[in-house]
Amino acid sequence: MKTDNLILLKTVSSHYQLELSFFTHLHDLGLIEIEIMEQSPYIHENQMHNLERMIRIHHELEVNPEGIDVVFNLLQKIEHLQKDLISTQNRLRLYEN
Amino acid sequence: MAFIDYYKVLEIDKSATEADIKKAYRKLARKYHPDLNPNDKEAERKFKELNEANEVLSNSENRKKYDQYGEHWEHGEEYEKAKQQQQYQSSGGQQGGFGGFSGGGDYSDFFESMFGGAGQRGSRRTAAFKGQDYNAELHLDLKDVYTTHKRTLTINGKNIRLTIPAGVENGQVIKISEQGAEGANGGPKGDLYLTFNIENHTNFKLDKHNLYTTVDLDLYTALLGGEITANTFDGKVKLTVKPGTQNGAKVKLKGKGFPVYKKDGEFGDLFISYQIILPTNLTEKEKELFTELAKLRTYENR
Repeated sequence: MKTDNLILLKTVSSHYQLELSFFTHLHDLGLIEIEIMEQSPYIHENQMHNLERMIRIHHELEVNPEGIDVVFNLLQKIEHLQKDLISTQNRLRLYEN
Repeated sequence: MAFIDYYKVLEIDKSATEADIKKAYRKLARKYHPDLNPNDKEAERKFKELNEANEVLSNSENRKKYDQYGEHWEHGEEYEKAKQQQQYQSSGGQQGGFGGFSGGGDYSDFFESMFGGAGQRGSRRTAAFKGQDYNAELHLDLKDVYTTHKRTLTINGKNIRLTIPAGVENGQVIKISEQGAEGANGGPKGDLYLTFNIENHTNFKLDKHNLYTTVDLDLYTALLGGEITANTFDGKVKLTVKPGTQNGAKVKLKGKGFPVYKKDGEFGDLFISYQIILPTNLTEKEKELFTELAKLRTYENR
């Protein structure tokens, strides 16, 4: 089976010194997607950027997976609001010039 | 080199216990952590300052030295030299800071002068982390982003060749992978986030992908119709003006607007508003003829 661009979750877990249960917890909350190939869990490399942010928030701020879920939802909201703000500012320029 | 009051940074007083320091640090770190404050340079600066303060105050050896020589760090250097002769070694073992995020080595001159940089800091987590992400702004003219083009940027002394896709919007942020800071403990490089600041010095107003402009129309063409040449963003077009065109009337030129970002060959529309310019400084003859025309129009069919 092809495992290109997939990283074995065990490797990620030992690299960041975290229990596998931490990742399954993130998966249960819908924060990451885990793929099972030949009975081993993998994570797609395109999820690593977000996963590393989650690990930093967990390690450095002692935030549990539920807290990370809240933080990510709020960050997403902020991102949408910032995009809306830029779009509104661009429209406003139409009337200011 | 300015003295940094690490107690002030952590918002604690000098009698603070180890637990107080940890608590203050955690509280402020949660507030200023860069992952929770994306694209906020002030939060990033504050976070680095917090890390530095924690590195010093959470390590009893460092704290002692800071308390003793902090405000007179010049004497602290002499102290350091004397200590080096005695093959001073840091006791370590204290809780480290958030080196994983900052990638290490990003300390103030004050910190480096007192504690000699990263070498003598306490033990820290050994997990590899991705390097810090960089943020940069690129100022472009609207004309520049009408077509896809390549550009070389110098970011942190490094030249990066980039393709700027046509139709990129003002305020839009694009991510360029692995052009950020080096990773920590063998981790991958951070990314570069480039924010576009696009200024419009043209006669066209842009809303999403549609362009808006105004074209002057003389009275006679507006009344009788005719052909005019109008400017679009990439050249001129011939337009047929209908007889009896009103001031402010709009025409839509499909596909003559701005390119749609990352959709090759797709363009918005161009909306042209006519502004009818009335003749001024009429000659006697013209006045006579206009009066005659006015008389031909009864009140009812005006």
